[in-house]
Amino acid sequence: MGREVLLIEDEENIAEAIRFILTRDGWQVVHLAEGRGAARRAAELMPAVVILDTMLPGASGLEILAEMRSNLLTAHLPVVMLTAKSQPRDREAAERAGADRFLAKPFANADILAVVRELAAGRKTGLGPSGGAAVA
Amino acid sequence: MRRPRRPLFLARLPYRRRRLRDAARLLPVFGGFLFILPVLWAPAAEPGAEAGARLLSSDVVYFFGVWAGLVAVSAAFAPGLATTQDEEEED
Amino acid sequence: MPFNLLVLACLAYVVFLFCVAFWVERRAYAGRFGWLRSPLVYTLSLSIYCTAWTFYGAVGYAARSGMEFLTIYLGPTLVFIGWWWVLRKLVRIGRKHRVTSIADLISSRFGKSNALGVVVTLMAVVATTPYIALQLQSVVLSFGVFSNAADSLDAGQTAIWVAGGLAVFTIIFGTRNLDAQEQHHGIVTAIAVEAVVKLVALLAVGIFVVWGLAGGVGAMLDRIDASELSAWTMQPGRWTGLIFLSAAAVICLPRMFQVMVVENADEGHLATASWAFPAYVLAMSLFIVPIAVIGLERLPDHANPDMFVLTLPLHEGQNALAMLAFLGGFSSATSMVIIEAIALSTMVSNHILVPGWLRLRPQAAVADDLRGVVLNARRLSIAAVMAMGYGYYQLSGGSAALASIGLIAFAGVAQFLPAMVGGIFWRGATKAGAMAGLLIGFVTWAYALFLPSFGPDAVLSASLLAEGPWGVTWLRPQALFGVAGMDPLIHAIFWSLMLNGTAFFVISVLTFPSPVERLQGAAFVNVFDEGSGAPRRWSRGEAEPEELLVMAQRILGDEEAQVLFESEARGQGKTQSLLPDPTPEFISTLEQRLAGSVGAATAHAMISQLVGGAAVSVGDLMALASESAERAEHSAQLEAQRAELARTAGALREVNEKLTRLSVQKDAFLSQISHELRTPMTSIRAFSEILAEGDLPPEMVARNGRIIHEETKRLTRLLDDLLDLSVLENGKVTLSLTLSNLRDMIDRAIQASEQVKPEREVVFRRDLMRENIFLRTDADRLTQVFINLISNARKYCEAEFPEIRINLRMRGGRVIIDVIDNGRGIPKDAQSTIFEKFTRLPEEGRAKGAGLGLAICREITENLGGTIAYLPGQGGAAFRLILPLRLDLGAQGQGG
Repeated sequence: MGREVLLIEDEENIAEAIRFILTRDGWQVVHLAEGRGAARRAAELMPAVVILDTMLPGASGLEILAEMRSNLLTAHLPVVMLTAKSQPRDREAAERAGADRFLAKPFANADILAVVRELAAGRKTGLGPSGGAAVA
Repeated sequence: MRRPRRPLFLARLPYRRRRLRDAARLLPVFGGFLFILPVLWAPAAEPGAEAGARLLSSDVVYFFGVWAGLVAVSAAFAPGLATTQDEEEED
Repeated sequence: MPFNLLVLACLAYVVFLFCVAFWVERRAYAGRFGWLRSPLVYTLSLSIYCTAWTFYGAVGYAARSGMEFLTIYLGPTLVFIGWWWVLRKLVRIGRKHRVTSIADLISSRFGKSNALGVVVTLMAVVATTPYIALQLQSVVLSFGVFSNAADSLDAGQTAIWVAGGLAVFTIIFGTRNLDAQEQHHGIVTAIAVEAVVKLVALLAVGIFVVWGLAGGVGAMLDRIDASELSAWTMQPGRWTGLIFLSAAAVICLPRMFQVMVVENADEGHLATASWAFPAYVLAMSLFIVPIAVIGLERLPDHANPDMFVLTLPLHEGQNALAMLAFLGGFSSATSMVIIEAIALSTMVSNHILVPGWLRLRPQAAVADDLRGVVLNARRLSIAAVMAMGYGYYQLSGGSAALASIGLIAFAGVAQFLPAMVGGIFWRGATKAGAMAGLLIGFVTWAYALFLPSFGPDAVLSASLLAEGPWGVTWLRPQALFGVAGMDPLIHAIFWSLMLNGTAFFVISVLTFPSPVERLQGAAFVNVFDEGSGAPRRWSRGEAEPEELLVMAQRILGDEEAQVLFESEARGQGKTQSLLPDPTPEFISTLEQRLAGSVGAATAHAMISQLVGGAAVSVGDLMALASESAERAEHSAQLEAQRAELARTAGALREVNEKLTRLSVQKDAFLSQISHELRTPMTSIRAFSEILAEGDLPPEMVARNGRIIHEETKRLTRLLDDLLDLSVLENGKVTLSLTLSNLRDMIDRAIQASEQVKPEREVVFRRDLMRENIFLRTDADRLTQVFINLISNARKYCEAEFPEIRINLRMRGGRVIIDVIDNGRGIPKDAQSTIFEKFTRLPEEGRAKGAGLGLAICREITENLGGTIAYLPGQGGAAFRLILPLRLDLGAQGQGG
């Protein structure tokens, strides 16, 4: 509950940028630099939104997502997947795994802000409208 | 690439090679016989007994003659046997 | 003739042989064999059958016993012209199973039993040590002929100089390399030279005698008939028995086995030797009778007929000829002693010293530098064999006992005959049978021939000789079982071989062989059937290839082992890794290679330590049996067609797999590039947007600007690498070839990579002397490779005190450079992929760099005409770079 965002991203500079953007908007950003233990952290923290990178050391983003979805506590948490791969296949895989939104790197700062706000607002109703303007 | 060939022509060479191997196997037996043959002859010139005795020089000529002959035959066989080294062995 | 001149000539001759051996070793080392491996050299090396006993002794033998001396050469003649029977099989088995000695052959045939190896070794040592003493004695005697009272040398002193000199020569050239299969080119060639010298010398003396003294062939024949030699009568028993004995000895003598089987470079040479060797011994014996006849005619009665070859020319005032004859005799003696010492020392070290050492320290198989141990064991054995020969000479020196020792030694080694010939022709022969036969034959030989040869009351008391032990007459040494009145030599040969063969056969029939024995038996007897030569002895995959490599390196040496493993890995279709899979075939190959160095029994024991026991079960045997039965059912045609089909299918499958792999690789590559480009761009875009908003405190602006700058640099670097790689991969790179110093390049690379983790103190271990060579190559590119390798080592070596070793050596026209750190190394499953683009190790995470470094290294080395590979088993991460010394542009871009 509240205005917490769990950010799982191993690139330090990208994480710093996202933290800056979201913090300025009043979010509390908790950052993890690797995939190991990320799903458990999500269950402890129960953030409003999870921002998850696809390629992570330790465990891949898709694995973490699948783990979260299989846990009752975190099954409904809104998740934004970040990916640096442009292929449609990657996007399909992310959607199949249950990602609510999909942002391709590089993204506009406004996009990530909009997605986080939207997902946090629509959280009670479960799934938001898929696709949407935010998706590149 | 192995494909069927005319059997009559094909069989000749391997057949020759096998007989050559037979000959090579027999050669030492034959040579052994020739080397041991003098055992059966009358003893060479016994001291004192002149009549009918063989001469030592003819023994020498005999042995070296047989020996050289065996070397020559063996040398004639060798090339034919060496080329069949890598082919299937034993009949 | 002045005695000093003789010593000088002798020394000059030895120095000459040294040079020959040394020059040949160098040639062989450089891989230029040429005539070194010709049938001629092989045949000439076989001539060590003719020792000083032939050179001097045959004339004496002829003077005493007429034509009987011929038997010693007729037997080998029959064996060689009948090579298709036995020799061909022996040589094939020797090569296929990498046999190191006759003891190794017998031990290997009977289930790799080291006990048999020990017995054969001891028998060989006992039987041939007196023979070595005989050679020493002949050299001493021949010196004695020249020396006169004024400057005569002490005989014992001569002997010790000769024995010591031979030991040094043998140790220098006999123990350079370990693998008995691939060595001794120097010695074998020196032996071949000596063979020519002794033949020329004997022929020269003979020609001088026939045409110079006797007056032509006709006159010579008349003189032969007139001489006392014609009083000779043929004794049928001795005649036949000696032909048989010499035929057996030519196969069983350790030195003959050494040159005939172990040093054989090509089976085809045997075909030439089959007639050329009989021709050689014929030439050697051609003038024996004339020399004996004329010697008896012209020399005073008290002259020793054993020295006629020397004394006759001296007596006639032909000093030069006498000198030649002396060198011929010297050659005969030295060549025999050298090869005998090598053969015996291989047996002693492989079957007694090394197994004993391994038994004392079982963990040594993997823990110590066995190579040094084995080489030292061999050196020690050579010295010991020489010392024993000398000791025997001192004990019995000059006694009449030595004169007959040649035939006694023949009879001793002939005891190997049943086990050896039975072993390679009869699958039913068992270890127990071989052991029983060998022991009984040996004991009988010693009791009936060897010990009595010392004379009454020397070892066996006169009363024992005359009446038998405890008065049991049928056990009299020279009249066993009541067979009295036989020639003692023939009596001993008859009984020893008779009892030996009987025991071998009967015990073999009664006992049951172990699975390993049966496998080895089948492999030896059916050596000509393709496929069954290397039976499966090991079950799959229990050994770690890396451990096997470590062990192989300790025995074969680093380079040999790595070359073997690499070629095996290539054979398994692995192009990047140096480690082959531990398939049963590979382990068998490895075992055979090791057997070539330390003998079959030891190699087997060492491998089973790692693989976990000899994994031969009765089930395996059944599988093998049904396999061969199946093979027999199919006609050769069907078999060939099936193989052809399988090959085609295999080729198609391979192509298909390759295409699929390529397509997958291309997708993965594009996706990777996209990822690598987008990651820095994300940061740049995000921070530039933040900056564009414009209401930031100045320190934030500065920080964001720096991040943007960093990421831009990263992007540029990535693009540079990619471009580089694409140019290199397409082979369109222009190389600027110069002659550059390797040390300078490495210096520069070390300096350039200091910026990677500058806080770490890294110690470099280099060989600056060796690095100081000039390569014709593209220096900048090569330096880049070193920078990448050294930076990687700095980055990922997690040792507390990091250390980077750079080893260097030359092979052929190439230089091999190993860059090795002392970290944890690269995990086995990752070794095969590290040279692929964008490969990073799991724990490496998102460290700097896109994982292109090693891919670029590989492309550069290939463009420079070399190869790069991961070198496992070195402790840390290790990379091996092989580069041509002189890159010529024609070959550029074609890779290794």
